[in-house]
Amino acid sequence: MVYMDYNATTPCDKRVVEEMLPFFSDEFGNPSSLYKKAKKSREAIEKARSQVAELLHCTPEEIFFTSGGTESDNWAIKGVAFALKDKGNHIITSKIEHHAVLNTVKFLEKIGFEITYVPVDKYGVVDIDFIKKSIKKETILISIMYANNEIGTIQPIEEISEIARKNGIYFHTDGVQVVGKIPFSVEEKGIDLLSLSAHKFYGPKGVGALYIRKGVKILPFVHGGHQEKGKRGGTENVPGIVGLGKASEIAQQEMEEEMKRVKKLRDKLENGIKEKIPEIVINGHPEKRLYNTLNLCVKYVEGESLLLNLDFEGICASSGSACTSGSLEPSHVLLAIGLPHEIAHGSLRFSLGKYNTDEDVDKVIKVLPGIVEKLRKISPFWNNK
Amino acid sequence: MDYTEKVLEYFRNPRNMGRMENPDGVGKVGNPVCGDVMWIYIKVGKNENGEEIIEDIKFETFGCAAAIATSSVVTELAKGKTLKEAEKISNKDVVEFLGGLPPVKKHCSLLAEEGLKAAIEDYRRKKNEGKGKNS
Ligand SMILES: Cc1ncc(COP(=O)(O)O)c(C=O)c1O
Ligand code: FES
Repeated sequence: MVYMDYNATTPCDKRVVEEMLPFFSDEFGNPSSLYKKAKKSREAIEKARSQVAELLHCTPEEIFFTSGGTESDNWAIKGVAFALKDKGNHIITSKIEHHAVLNTVKFLEKIGFEITYVPVDKYGVVDIDFIKKSIKKETILISIMYANNEIGTIQPIEEISEIARKNGIYFHTDGVQVVGKIPFSVEEKGIDLLSLSAHKFYGPKGVGALYIRKGVKILPFVHGGHQEKGKRGGTENVPGIVGLGKASEIAQQEMEEEMKRVKKLRDKLENGIKEKIPEIVINGHPEKRLYNTLNLCVKYVEGESLLLNLDFEGICASSGSACTSGSLEPSHVLLAIGLPHEIAHGSLRFSLGKYNTDEDVDKVIKVLPGIVEKLRKISPFWNNK
Repeated sequence: MDYTEKVLEYFRNPRNMGRMENPDGVGKVGNPVCGDVMWIYIKVGKNENGEEIIEDIKFETFGCAAAIATSSVVTELAKGKTLKEAEKISNKDVVEFLGGLPPVKKHCSLLAEEGLKAAIEDYRRKKNEGKGKNS
């Protein structure tokens, strides 16, 4: 099997699983309990917090564990919106956010907040001037993703955070697709809040974190016990958190090497496909793009047919976002970069990772042209163009 | 997407696919929401009773797996049938033949039904126009 859908999820690194295992049956103590046994769980959580903090270059006190990227996005946006609602009700975001952000702001819109959706250019880069012009005295938050999960475009984070800082507005970024993939410092980038998710970088599913810069005003989102300094209730997912910590540590150590290796594979895939298949459109920014992501549109054929045929050959890829597969509309990201419907329909995303090899890339380059040819042969658009 | 084995089989090996030269009727239909497009070509002949039948039928489809599978099935169901019989083929027949379709994919089978009907209509219209010219 060739797995090229690492932006959807990644397998757990074996070392991560190893680290997690003791915390299911042996070290099962509730971190909030008083006895010695619980201390092990407590310590494990604090160790993980330091590991994540090290990866982001912040202090452990600024890391709060959650159930994943979606919860972190919800918390960051609603938590700030509710904390600052007396100051203002205006939030700026982009048109290409993940649904975890888009549907959160849509909810806020329904209950009286005003949302501005910043457009992007054909590469998927947000319009900085548009952001500047959108700011008013009611603006309380800018939420713009670090890198897009579908096309991989990386946003000018420092420019955006500078605008936010100058105007006294909080800046949240959905960092789910960059944490563990690209090294950076939340401090240097001027980020106030950042969402991350373990399963995108070889950690377990259902656990993530929200970075909250010290001093940022935010209300709790999950109300309950006093866990996470009273900011996020619920008995901690100890094995998951331990896994997230270990995944962060491994990423910290191995990321640089991986970046070079995976980029080479991705570039080889991109060039191979471009060479062998006519009328392909490569989506995303030519340079400012995640090094593992290749999103392309195969003109005159439809994405699902491509995906299923790839699946027949044992190749896992995706068409836009995994969540979109339940709907019929083409991806909102591809429409936002200005692709017409019929071209957006033929989109295909390969996202590579740690366990991909040269042979994987060769196989896709070998198999894809035949699939495209077969589907084009029965396409009215291809035959009558 | 959970497709039945039969859908996958027809998607993988569609019958009657491709373009037809000099068809007697063409049905071009599409769904504006998903953007999928289906073209059905027919050639009309006569059976021993002198009734008009679908002698040959082909399709071209830009669309999802369900659209391709249902195109193939509708062409198979229609081939050799009289126009009257073919007109009665509904999307239900197509879905039944395939052992079901996921709910969001029901409209794909509708496309197949509409495509066939449009091809027959197109044939009749052309025939009538031809008559009009003669008289
Ligand atoms: C950019 C982005 N944000 C948020 C999420 C949601 O993360 P999770 O699956 O951990 O809830 C994802 C992954 O699906 C993502 O790619
Ligand atoms: S999704 Fe529209 S025809 Fe299949």
